[in-house]
Amino acid sequence: MNAVRRLLLQGAGALVAGLVTPLAALAATWNKEAFGAKTAADALKGIGAAGAAPSNELIMDVPEIAENGAVVPVEITSQVPGTRSIAVVIDKNPFPLVAKFDFMEGALPYVKVNVKMGETSDVHAIAEANGKHYSATRNIKVTIGGCGG
Amino acid sequence: MAAGPMKMRATAQGGVTEIRVLMAHPMETGQRKGPDGKLVPAHFIQNVTVRMNGKTVVEGQISQAVSRNPVFSFRVKGGAKGDKVEVSWIDNKGESNKIESAVA
Repeated sequence: MNAVRRLLLQGAGALVAGLVTPLAALAATWNKEAFGAKTAADALKGIGAAGAAPSNELIMDVPEIAENGAVVPVEITSQVPGTRSIAVVIDKNPFPLVAKFDFMEGALPYVKVNVKMGETSDVHAIAEANGKHYSATRNIKVTIGGCGG
Repeated sequence: MAAGPMKMRATAQGGVTEIRVLMAHPMETGQRKGPDGKLVPAHFIQNVTVRMNGKTVVEGQISQAVSRNPVFSFRVKGGAKGDKVEVSWIDNKGESNKIESAVA
């Protein structure tokens, strides 16, 4: 490849990037980095919750054993004052970050959602309140994995 | 299965409105093989927004690890009969849907 052609290609690339970014900004935000993380540690880093402190004010209502990993009910309530968001992280899933909910305008820090689990794993609830992160962890045993279909 | 209709029920009780919403969606992980042995492309909801009387109360970002035909429960302080609740979603292909109903 000669230098001129390379320069042109780089220019085209930059142009495309320039066009795509503003379009993406118009759509609702989705934390691609955190959701694309393949380890729980990277997922936590991606949502800025790397140093989450264990808290018993974060209540998880989950089954001990999930017969069907395709549908595992997870219910999370935060009693930490000023909770603004709750996230769900499943250590052994291919992409550990499952969901993050932001609460505003009178919404209570509570969510119930069904999730898929590939295998038995620790499941974390992560809450954010006043710039600090809190966590709760429960182990859920999976009899039949939910990621094969 | 394509993305389909939604169902919602919002009820006010004891000063709290509970919103339950169901979204018909395949939530394909991109890791599952179809009958032809090829991977079924990822197709999943990424954003869920709950509005009450026009104000955004919950903004959710979700991954392909939320179960097929997602069901969510949310709670909002206050709320009275007749208040408007709207839930909408957008998936990774840019498809979207929404449902509106009144608090019962």
